[in-house]
Amino acid sequence: MATVQDLEFKDPAARVSGAADELRDMQGEKMVLNMGPSHPATHGVLRLILELDGEIITKAAPDVGFLHRGDEKIAENMTYTQFIPYTDRLDYLAPLANNVAYALAVEKLHGIQQDLPPRCQYIRVICCELARISAHLLGLGAFAMDVGALTVFLHTFTEREKIYNLIEALTGARFTTTYTRIGGVSRDLPPGWVGQCRKFLEEVVVNFDESEKLLTRNRIFVDRTRDVGVISRADAIDYGLTGPNLRGSGIDYDLRKAHPYLVYSQLKFDIPTGSVGDCYDRYLVRMEEMRQSVRILRQCLDQLPDGPVSIPNGKTVLPPKEKVLTKMEELIHQFILVTQGENAPPGEIYFGAENPKGELGFYINSRGGGTPHRLKIRAPSFVNLGILSHLLPGCMMSDTVAILGSLDFVMGECDR
Amino acid sequence: MTALELAQQLKARFGDLIADPVEFRGEATLKVRDAERIAEVCAAAKQDLGFDYLVDLTSVDNYGDDPRFTVVYELYGYGHRCHLRLKTDVSEEKSELPTITAVWRAADWHEREIYDMMGLRFRGHPDLRRILMWEGYPYFPLRKDFPLSGKPSEMPDVAFTKAAPLEGGPFVTVDGGKDSTVREPRSRLPEN
Repeated sequence: MATVQDLEFKDPAARVSGAADELRDMQGEKMVLNMGPSHPATHGVLRLILELDGEIITKAAPDVGFLHRGDEKIAENMTYTQFIPYTDRLDYLAPLANNVAYALAVEKLHGIQQDLPPRCQYIRVICCELARISAHLLGLGAFAMDVGALTVFLHTFTEREKIYNLIEALTGARFTTTYTRIGGVSRDLPPGWVGQCRKFLEEVVVNFDESEKLLTRNRIFVDRTRDVGVISRADAIDYGLTGPNLRGSGIDYDLRKAHPYLVYSQLKFDIPTGSVGDCYDRYLVRMEEMRQSVRILRQCLDQLPDGPVSIPNGKTVLPPKEKVLTKMEELIHQFILVTQGENAPPGEIYFGAENPKGELGFYINSRGGGTPHRLKIRAPSFVNLGILSHLLPGCMMSDTVAILGSLDFVMGECDR
Repeated sequence: MTALELAQQLKARFGDLIADPVEFRGEATLKVRDAERIAEVCAAAKQDLGFDYLVDLTSVDNYGDDPRFTVVYELYGYGHRCHLRLKTDVSEEKSELPTITAVWRAADWHEREIYDMMGLRFRGHPDLRRILMWEGYPYFPLRKDFPLSGKPSEMPDVAFTKAAPLEGGPFVTVDGGKDSTVREPRSRLPEN
């Protein structure tokens, strides 16, 4: 025979006080969550130690340095030219832009920046802008994937593949390009490259439109990024943010416009800025920057002058091989450049270039001779991450992913 | 207004504390003679001269000279778009100077990096810990007396402990050993 059991109801007053007790127990109980160093949303090896109250972050302590290789120490122990391959590995999503920034810094120290032949300057601008598109495509794809839009990632990676093919044709390497030399670039554009690049620019613009259709008015994407991770103008300046993260907060500052290097002063392009400083603004800024890069690239390809790609002076740049093998003077120059490096004047310079992630700067302290006494790399990702401990508290745990994606950092550069 | 004029203004305000500006490659450098007053100078540069962006903060080891260390501040103003470099010397015995985190919060990580790499302490820094190396690492690797090959440390599994061969770089071919083409073949032989 089935028995019927009465459900037990506590009297309402007791229930309320019980809940209050439970609530009191829960209050003040915080959880510490380790995010990273190997977490897909930390884009490498960033570790975040988050203190959570429920789903709200109350304290965030970023932990960096897992990828520290001592690049600055290494730089002190080799000639200026020998360090170029190491710059590939800083922001490894835009090695060409790093090569250019480093070469320009050393050229500033030598006082030969204005001697660069026009063709070299144009080629370097092409390199920088291709690198920017490539880096932003990856940043965008990874950001969209982190907030749940996987398709965009596949779209952007299709285009990046084409950029890598162009870079391979240009430099001989897809990833670690080591393309620039002090006073020039390692080789001229291969035949037919300009046409390939034009074809790529036609295709990539279509791809931007597709990615924008998938994201810009996408309800889920907008909800996850709008008014999330708002960085005020004052904070952006105070924390020294640079690049799209600074411009997303509405500050119209781009080194290509403010202190034009290479031939940027002769090219027409706009600097997009955000209005709120949230993740969505940073996304919009990057999206528009890629379109502006396409604009710059088209102008460069149209205006590309003929001429040498390096300073025609055997004392700065390695002389042509056939001359080294037949002429005494060039042989001596080659020997000195390879064994001792180019003799730099004593002094100190700082040069910053507008890289995809922000201002990549090199402080070089020279005491003369072929090696720097001290070379400091001002890595934009390192500085941009410094704001996390201020930005994250108060956010939801799941917003962390959107914020990290929108800051778009590279740990190879942050940790050096 | 040029960087040099701004540098002169800063010098006029602090008098003998600041040496005459040096110009090299279009950049103005000012030397602050007393490191103890660097925070004061920085605050004045930010508030009165509009240097609102701390671009970079770094340190140089002048090994063998006295004072041994130089701390270098790269400042920039969004308003006037000028760049200025401040420098100050710190002796090895002291190895300490005041923090400027109260002036620019960007200085927080930069100062931690200098402490980590060069061993200079910033008085008043809110959280002066190592940043790139791990907590408890005993050396300051960017000092000139620290060898490129590294030093063994107390935590053997964290980093390599064997010194890398130095002559000719880390990938040197050893006498009697295999040469690099054998160690790293350019193309693999087709497998049958």
